Amino acid sequence: MYLSGTDVGVHGRPRDPAALPRLLLTILALLVLWPGLVLTEFNLATLVDPRNLDIFARFLAGFWPPELSSGFLTLLGKATLETLAMATAGLVLALLLAVPLSLISSHALSVSALARGQPSPVGRMLRYPARLLLIILRSIPEIVWALLFVRAVGLGPTAGVLAIAITYSGMLGKVYAEIYESVDRRPAQALLQAGSSRLAAFCYGILPAAAQELTSYTLYRWECAIRASVIMGFVGAGGLGQMIDLSIRMFAGGEVVTILLTFLVLVLAADQLSNLLRRRLA
Amino acid sequence: MKRQFEALIWVALLLAAVVASFSWLKLDFVALFAGDGLQQMHSYAASFFPPDTSTNWLRQIFHGSLETLAISAIGTLLAALAGAALSLLAAGRLGTVAKLLARLLLNALRSIPELVWAALMVLAAGLGPFAGTLALALHTAGVLGRLFAEALENAPPGPTRALREAGAGPVAAFCYGTLPGVLAQWLSYTLYRWENNIRMAAVLGFVGAGGLGQMLYVTLSLFQQPRAASVILAMLVMVLLVDALSAWLRRRWG
Repeated sequence: MYLSGTDVGVHGRPRDPAALPRLLLTILALLVLWPGLVLTEFNLATLVDPRNLDIFARFLAGFWPPELSSGFLTLLGKATLETLAMATAGLVLALLLAVPLSLISSHALSVSALARGQPSPVGRMLRYPARLLLIILRSIPEIVWALLFVRAVGLGPTAGVLAIAITYSGMLGKVYAEIYESVDRRPAQALLQAGSSRLAAFCYGILPAAAQELTSYTLYRWECAIRASVIMGFVGAGGLGQMIDLSIRMFAGGEVVTILLTFLVLVLAADQLSNLLRRRLA
Repeated sequence: MKRQFEALIWVALLLAAVVASFSWLKLDFVALFAGDGLQQMHSYAASFFPPDTSTNWLRQIFHGSLETLAISAIGTLLAALAGAALSLLAAGRLGTVAKLLARLLLNALRSIPELVWAALMVLAAGLGPFAGTLALALHTAGVLGRLFAEALENAPPGPTRALREAGAGPVAAFCYGTLPGVLAQWLSYTLYRWENNIRMAAVLGFVGAGGLGQMLYVTLSLFQQPRAASVILAMLVMVLLVDALSAWLRRRWG
């Protein structure tokens, strides 16, 4: 430490030389955040407002004991399976859309790039719509799609599956295209130059090198899809979300606690399972 | 050979899971697109156009967007503060019992989705953006606490030990020995989560927690599709702007 005379406070204790800038930064941050606090109607007093407190206390009191009757547990088991199935089916449908789009939008298989080092303007123009489509697909949150689909195809898991399929195809397609571009391109280029078709060049030139990363990213997205399908039910798209929404509305604290515990188990189990699969497959 | 065989078994299991999922859900896509199903969907989609762009509605959307941004910012800030406090416990700085309890708490906080927290907080704090802020803060505190704790565990112990041996108190040693090393990482985790939370704050309104989501939910329930369409467009623009901004920031300082 380089303590000069001025850095020693009145009591002879060393003082933080950066104290003043830090204080000013804190004050500036608070000033910037003030409108935010107003906009969010930030008011801790509402939490201890007797009316809210009374409602919440009654709700919390219902939390114990958790609802463990066999009828409810059967329902819960079915909803859990529905949630898992929704995530899996949605991801598979997403793959059907993501793989072709990623192949179209990635410039790893560009033939014109062979000669010039860069894709031709025409090629880039043709890839652009696919990229734009991927951006639009992934930029609207899945639950908004679910909300829209529930009104179009009715209540139930179908809306959730379609919603996951749409959003995740955008996410998967974008990252897949990036992964193709990140691996060593020489094998694919050699194949293309030797006259093989683009699909063959992809299968034998790019896929072997990219398979590990592709698998690992897909598993990560599957984990995310499970998290997403858990909440789909809040807009009426089936699964655990619908159950907890109903239980909260009916103030059935015991049921809520059981479902929350199921979330905990589900999320931790998905963590473990995708870790395991990643080690086995990737 | 054995490894290949094992991979084959896992692939077979995965395929079985996929088939089971489709049959469990009894998805009937044929009925969806056959007959007048497609016609109905088309007319439903067409009812969203053209989006409502009256000045009054746009002003409300602007206010809703600001509210969404504020929910995400304040929620993330609260989460970072709570996460930092909990990460100290979870990294085992204050004893093993505290470590285990903090990890349990962090896991519980993070495994309950934001939307569920929002539904619960609407009960505790009433309808409105404050409930959304609390919901984001609670879930994100769990996520950030875990990440912060990992950063703390990976921080080199040297500087702190040196300060302690030179006679500094435990708080001062932490502030000047450990914190400077992890602060950059903590900040980048927080910014990353903020980006996520902006997206999330846009939909928390579905359960009554304010922001753009609440506007979308209400307009769709009232069958005002053109108004809903402009809210969706606003969400899209916000997400794209945030994406672009964070990509730019990452290129610049990442």
